[in-house]
Amino acid sequence: MTPFAYVRPTSVAEAVAAVGSSGTARFIAGGTNLVDLMRYDVETPQTLVDITRLPLKTIEDAENGGVVIGALVSNADLAYDERIQRDYPLLSSAILAGASGQLRNAASTGGNLLQRTRCYYFYDVATPCNKREPGSGCPAIGGVNRIHAILGASEHCIATHPSDMCVALAALEAVVHVTGPEGERRIPFAEFHRLPGDRPQDDNTLKHGEMVTAVALPAPRFGAHHTYLKLRDRLSYAFALVSVAAGLDMADGRITDARIALGGVAHKPWRDEAAEALLKGQAPSPAIFAAAADHILRDAKGQGDNNFKIDLARRAIQRALEQAAAGTPQVQAEKRVN
Amino acid sequence: MPEMTFASAAPDEIPISLTINGQLHRLDVTPWTSLLDLLRETLHLTGTKKGCDHGQCGACTVLVDGTRINSCLALAVMKDGAEITTIEGLGTPDNLHPLQAAFVEHDAFQCGYCTPGQICSAVGMMSEGHASTRAEIRELMSGNLCRCGAYTNIVDAIEDVMQDGRPAVREAAE
Repeated sequence: MTPFAYVRPTSVAEAVAAVGSSGTARFIAGGTNLVDLMRYDVETPQTLVDITRLPLKTIEDAENGGVVIGALVSNADLAYDERIQRDYPLLSSAILAGASGQLRNAASTGGNLLQRTRCYYFYDVATPCNKREPGSGCPAIGGVNRIHAILGASEHCIATHPSDMCVALAALEAVVHVTGPEGERRIPFAEFHRLPGDRPQDDNTLKHGEMVTAVALPAPRFGAHHTYLKLRDRLSYAFALVSVAAGLDMADGRITDARIALGGVAHKPWRDEAAEALLKGQAPSPAIFAAAADHILRDAKGQGDNNFKIDLARRAIQRALEQAAAGTPQVQAEKRVN
Repeated sequence: MPEMTFASAAPDEIPISLTINGQLHRLDVTPWTSLLDLLRETLHLTGTKKGCDHGQCGACTVLVDGTRINSCLALAVMKDGAEITTIEGLGTPDNLHPLQAAFVEHDAFQCGYCTPGQICSAVGMMSEGHASTRAEIRELMSGNLCRCGAYTNIVDAIEDVMQDGRPAVREAAE
């Protein structure tokens, strides 16, 4: 690991100033991704700014009937929080589908948003990578790309965002609270992560020195009509090949509104508002779910090894919508898909 | 404890204190020293194992303030003031922790390399209190890999201790 200096600020303002004043300084919280990236020399910050002792560890009521989740609430504390389990079970389920007990204990809410792709080439400093070294090329295109994107990729990068939690946050339309050198701002979740385009080095729309301080959720919805369905190469402790967070508002046997987000398929949690609109006013049926899935995947493009993901995603979307409509969400400890 | 700021321009050692298995240690560490390397290389507590050093295998699992984490991904300097429990702090050869005794009883290991991490993880999982079925134990222990494939017996051992000594029903095959 490349040596670095260590700073432990006592306030958000100090932390933001410490990172903002140095282009090579980074925030660290749980460290479950950053320390690993530093061990591979993928990340080589000259200063780490330890924010773990800042007072951002509470889950508080919001005026809109939602909640504001502090950036330093651990993934485990968030998933098992009584109110989150009751009012946002989709979020709990997605978090518990990811990582391991140990990692969820260490990883933070803010850090989960900021974790980086697990693309093999990004991690291997002996290979080119446009995300790690802009302009060096993308060997995943035409290379080993079983885990890579089928939606929204560019000629410069086909990496995926690895988070499960963020897929649920996309479906729940969370808002990210940020503090930076120029003050505070709020970023709708759909605008937080970005597609690679010709700047794959930028995973998200944060500016250097901006710190995630909280993630806010709007008032609860969907009732029992939600699910997080994750498909992967082993039954636990693996990143998604394809995952689906689905939530349906239902009334009188019809879908009044829908939210669908996909993980494992793109550089960001993938939403398609037109596909969601297709479901509005419809009674749940295999035909309408297939139509929604087809719409979401209309521009899907395989890279070779990952061609299977297109059909897998189609089936996963349909199955997730069936689970959500029936009010029988996937149970993460139960490996059968109902 | 009081908050501290280190405005070090150059990388250097930083004084920290850790209570490890009940004993207070005052140590000077470089910021890039992992908790795992501190335990093994500086304190010679080699019960905690380095498997992958990337948070993928769980062999390095220890308890920090009672919570199980991967010590390979934890920077020691960030745990200043914490209480650490390693496998050495759970039992002694003459007085085994119930999980250690259950692992012996159920033949829950072959080579033994993952065992300290498995046991520390199981202690953490039991105190978290979210597992009550075999399926839940397996899911919540999935961060601990066992290349010998002793999983069935590991779950038996944990289930035995969770059921407070009552004999567990073994799975015929998994």
